[in-house]
Amino acid sequence: MSRRGTLKIYLGYAAGVGKTYRMLEEAQALRAAGADVAIGYFEPHGRAETIAKTAGLEFVPRRTIAYGGTQFEEMDTDAVLRRSPAIAVVDEFAHSNVPGSDRAKRWQDVRLLLEAGIDVLTTMNVQHLESLNDQVWHITGVRVRETLPDWVVDEADELVLVDLTPSALRNRIQRGVVYASEKVHRALDNFFAEANLTALRELAIRHTAHEVEEKLVAPRREERILICLTAKPASVNLIRRGKRMADYLQADCLALHVAVEGAIDPVVERHMNFAGNLRIHTHVEEGSDIARVIAEFARLHHVTQIFMGRSGPRHWYQRFGETIVQQVVRLARDIQITIVAERRR
Amino acid sequence: MTGHSDRRPNPDELLRRVQAEERRKQRGRLKVFLGYAPRVGKSLRMFDEGRRRKSRGQDVVVAALQDRVTENVSELVRGFEVIPAAAGAINLAAVFRRNPQVCLIDELAYDNPRGSRNAERWQDVEEILDHGIAVITAINLQHIREQQDAVEAVTGKRAAQSVPTAFLHAAEEIEVVDATPESVMGEARTLAELRELALLLAADVVDRQLREYLDSHGVSAGWGTQERILVCLTPRSNAAEMLASGQRNARRFHGALLAVSVEQPGIGAADQERLQRHLALAREMGAEVHCLKSADFAEAILAFAHEQRITQLFLGHSLRARSPVERLIHAAEDFDVRLFPHPEVK
Repeated sequence: MSRRGTLKIYLGYAAGVGKTYRMLEEAQALRAAGADVAIGYFEPHGRAETIAKTAGLEFVPRRTIAYGGTQFEEMDTDAVLRRSPAIAVVDEFAHSNVPGSDRAKRWQDVRLLLEAGIDVLTTMNVQHLESLNDQVWHITGVRVRETLPDWVVDEADELVLVDLTPSALRNRIQRGVVYASEKVHRALDNFFAEANLTALRELAIRHTAHEVEEKLVAPRREERILICLTAKPASVNLIRRGKRMADYLQADCLALHVAVEGAIDPVVERHMNFAGNLRIHTHVEEGSDIARVIAEFARLHHVTQIFMGRSGPRHWYQRFGETIVQQVVRLARDIQITIVAERRR
Repeated sequence: MTGHSDRRPNPDELLRRVQAEERRKQRGRLKVFLGYAPRVGKSLRMFDEGRRRKSRGQDVVVAALQDRVTENVSELVRGFEVIPAAAGAINLAAVFRRNPQVCLIDELAYDNPRGSRNAERWQDVEEILDHGIAVITAINLQHIREQQDAVEAVTGKRAAQSVPTAFLHAAEEIEVVDATPESVMGEARTLAELRELALLLAADVVDRQLREYLDSHGVSAGWGTQERILVCLTPRSNAAEMLASGQRNARRFHGALLAVSVEQPGIGAADQERLQRHLALAREMGAEVHCLKSADFAEAILAFAHEQRITQLFLGHSLRARSPVERLIHAAEDFDVRLFPHPEVK
């Protein structure tokens, strides 16, 4: 079997911190040391200093895809595979490809390169991590749309933090280095507000520390977390939170939906797919007594912690209107149960 | 007293802030590049920042250099005016006479020779800042005083020179110089451990800056970037399991572990003793322990959890029908509630 390529990610916390610059600096150093480097995708954003860093590097031409009457340019993965450099530079790991591309996400393209034995250098921001999506929204008010599953990042061989202080970043924005001038003020007042940047930066630093630690500690698989899925929109938050908890606690992660009528709601189907994409083992059980099915499933699968969303407002004294949470709490007194907050802004 | 505290700072605190703000305005800005091991490239980054500032028209000089530098660094240094050391220390008089906008100082952890004005270089830096001159400097983890035990536990070595962490906390900016261990010399595991320590230190400094920023702008943010776990201890709770779980959780997330009890009227002697044992165990396990007084358990816990920006609340399953657990679950909008099995009650 041929060797899999290694993946190195330059992690930042916002546009303009210098991820692409650092990545290109490394590419130049590798090239100077005699390595065969080619650029699979590079996003110049009109930044002169960054563009200058590509001098002398070979570009694999991009592929043009027409969509909705507009031409889009994407990485030509097949061309990179044919060119087969030792090292490929692929900017913006979390990018979503335009519809009509062979794969939906750039990280899927990158996996193909890695499987072909090509080493890849890439960039991303911490807010692109799926498990941080709710937290980032909570902090910044921005719902990041381009996300990638945490396991894709966990699989990276190396993660390097590209740090810059928020005040230095805001200076750069002010000087028009990052965005065109008409966007500057809006950017500084909104997403690039100092508190937002500081919080995101802390997340990036902590995540890098976590990835370093993950490679140091021996995995323990003593805990099993079960996430109870429903059709409620809060299920998405529940999945992210449960999976993040499982990852940090090095626990196995399962998800269960109890189908009362047999047929599965398409919304539940979507939630199950979402969980599956995050590498959560999903299960469907049938039964009319939802709480009992959950408790029995948990015991059968040696679950140590059940994750549930909050039930709607009801009162404890409504004995017959006991919520599912209350019932599970009553039926599974021997298992830890976590009721996840929705964390509205 | 309940878990509530007045969110407005008291007059002394306000005065202290105003004075600190005044001092800060007159003081030069301090920027520190933090590396986790020698040769991670922090000097290069520092001089590169100096170069960029110079190209933007700032008046930048070098006031301290290391004896040995890499070729890349010495090439960068050639582009600067250097104020030579005098008698083995920064020539402060010359720096003040020259009065630049920005001073670059390599090797921050440095003991000045006997008879110098200050014993250590970071004290020289304080004086330079007090003169309204900005300073950019660089330091490695092993030279940060409060980190030296942890570093020694990893490397078996202890650096002779050090700088107090408080110096870093006073910096306007601290920037991490990260690199993967393969580009640095040394044993991979050791380097990874140092790298983690440096990142966590930086995260703490940043977290503090965030809190200060929010406080000084009157924002009481309910969110945090750090997990904060609150274990609620009662006489009958399974304290050992809850605390062990809380401790592991806090360790894995590098978050905070707090434990709380609510003193309720009419508690029996045996229960009182059990509760004290639980609290002692919590302290032993490194939790920050708080004892609240309130007739309303759920209300006191809720208020305290909000005030402390708790993200996870650990509670014991209650066997009673009319339990405050239900109320806490319903009221918990921005933290998770984790219920623990009750120890068997015969």
